[in-house]
Amino acid sequence: MALAGLTMTVPPGEAFGFLGPNGAGKTTAVKLLLGLTAPTSGEGWVLGRPLGDRETRRRIGYLPELFRYQPWLSAREVLALHCELAGLPRSSWRAEVQAALEIVDLAGRAEDRVGTFSKGMQQRLGLGAALLGKPELVFLDEPTSALDPVGRHDVRQIIHSLKEKGTAVFLNSHLLTEVEMVCDRVAIVDHGRVVASGTLDELLGGHAVRIRVTGLKPSERASLTGFGDLDDDGEWLTVRGLDPERVPELVAEVVRLGGRVYQVEPRHQTLEDRFLQLLGAR
Amino acid sequence: MPPVLVFARLTLREARRRRLLLALLILTLIMVASTTWGFSRLWDIRVNGRPPGATFVRTTASQIMILVAFMFTTVIGLAATVVSSPSISGDLESGQALSMLARPIRRADLLLGKWLGFVAMVVVYTGGAAALEMLTVDWVTGYTPPHPLAFVAFTSSVGIALVTLSMALSTRLSGLVGGVIALVGFFMSWIGGIVGSIGLALNNQPLIDAGAVSRLILPADGLWRGAIWSLEPALVIAGVRAAGPGAASNPFFAADPPPTLYLAWCVVWVLGLLALAFWSLRTREI
Repeated sequence: MALAGLTMTVPPGEAFGFLGPNGAGKTTAVKLLLGLTAPTSGEGWVLGRPLGDRETRRRIGYLPELFRYQPWLSAREVLALHCELAGLPRSSWRAEVQAALEIVDLAGRAEDRVGTFSKGMQQRLGLGAALLGKPELVFLDEPTSALDPVGRHDVRQIIHSLKEKGTAVFLNSHLLTEVEMVCDRVAIVDHGRVVASGTLDELLGGHAVRIRVTGLKPSERASLTGFGDLDDDGEWLTVRGLDPERVPELVAEVVRLGGRVYQVEPRHQTLEDRFLQLLGAR
Repeated sequence: MPPVLVFARLTLREARRRRLLLALLILTLIMVASTTWGFSRLWDIRVNGRPPGATFVRTTASQIMILVAFMFTTVIGLAATVVSSPSISGDLESGQALSMLARPIRRADLLLGKWLGFVAMVVVYTGGAAALEMLTVDWVTGYTPPHPLAFVAFTSSVGIALVTLSMALSTRLSGLVGGVIALVGFFMSWIGGIVGSIGLALNNQPLIDAGAVSRLILPADGLWRGAIWSLEPALVIAGVRAAGPGAASNPFFAADPPPTLYLAWCVVWVLGLLALAFWSLRTREI
């Protein structure tokens, strides 16, 4: 069994990051949601319709992890083909194709055969195809795997723009920093099961601050628990779950207690920290 | 346009863009030109030191045309298999199918559309090449086969049978493996037909039965017999019949068209295999 008991909510206008190590079942989940793979048992719904519902696919865009398009067609022809397969009105094709080409920065290569494209350009083309018809939900499976840093930045901008337009984005990735930059919610999957999910703040435990301080007695250090969860390793005092607005208040209290403050630095757990922590505990 | 026709058009467009149609056109023109030259030389034959009569030339042309048709049918069978065997598996392996099948279409649309595209290619190519060959042969020898449309229908059907088999295999096997299996089936069917002819000559029932079974398993040879019949002049049929069963067992001779029941079986065979292919593609992971 590749997947079991997955429940995920991706509201309109939000990006949902689906994370997991290689072989965790991320791509299988996306294929199940698109009806490309049938579940061995159980049921599921996407956009309020059962898995595999053909009509629902009119409202969905998809960039597969394995992105390949007819090398003997031009970029414009590939997009027109997808307009036709998506059932878009013929009168809208021209504008849809042109808009997609411009969004993914391929307008200058629109008439070139896809066979002459680099992998990165083919991935851009796939992203353009996924955006045709203004879908309500877009599945992006490792959308930047073949892109250079500029391309990755562009994809982040595209995802932000989709969110602004109210599109729900399901981002399947193992590039954690990228997910952290664009996603509102995250689920971490391992061995086909969700091991953690929620907003980034929920998952990462909010903000923290580290203070390098001397001159405080243990009891005085312990009295700071009112500011948040304390992690005292002697030289450094870490306070977790602290509202950033209260950092000056914390420092003032340390000074009032007679402490000598050398350094104050905001600290928050990265998604990578949390990811490794969760998967290390499996 | 319905998705089925979109994929049929895409298949034809791919053949054109990849220059398959151009290659076939050039090879066919070379083949027709060279065979026409050969047919025209029939008038140079001397019978007892005298130029041949029109009946001699036309009868000889009819038998040579059967040999040309054999080569032609083999080329169609090979080309149909080689072109269609990677059709579905290639799309699945490359990932092209992923983005297309995520659209609001059925998997059957992809399969049926491609099948229709290949069938259209087979029929148009067979019709065009056969018409060209027959017209030039008529021009240089004055011979026209008795059933030219039936020839196109039977020869196209050989190609359609092989396209269907290759595509059904392509839903589960790689293009290479599926193509090899289909080609082996094609040649085994042909050899099975010859075995049946030998059985007829020797009046050996097990060999006759083996030939009949091979024609049922893969109807390539059975349909090829129909193509031979369509080219056979009545004069030759009457002559061979008069010569007895030994002569009639010649694998390049057919006195009668395939029975209607056999043709019905061919239709069932193609439709059944298509249904199997639909099921196979529908139930596999993409």
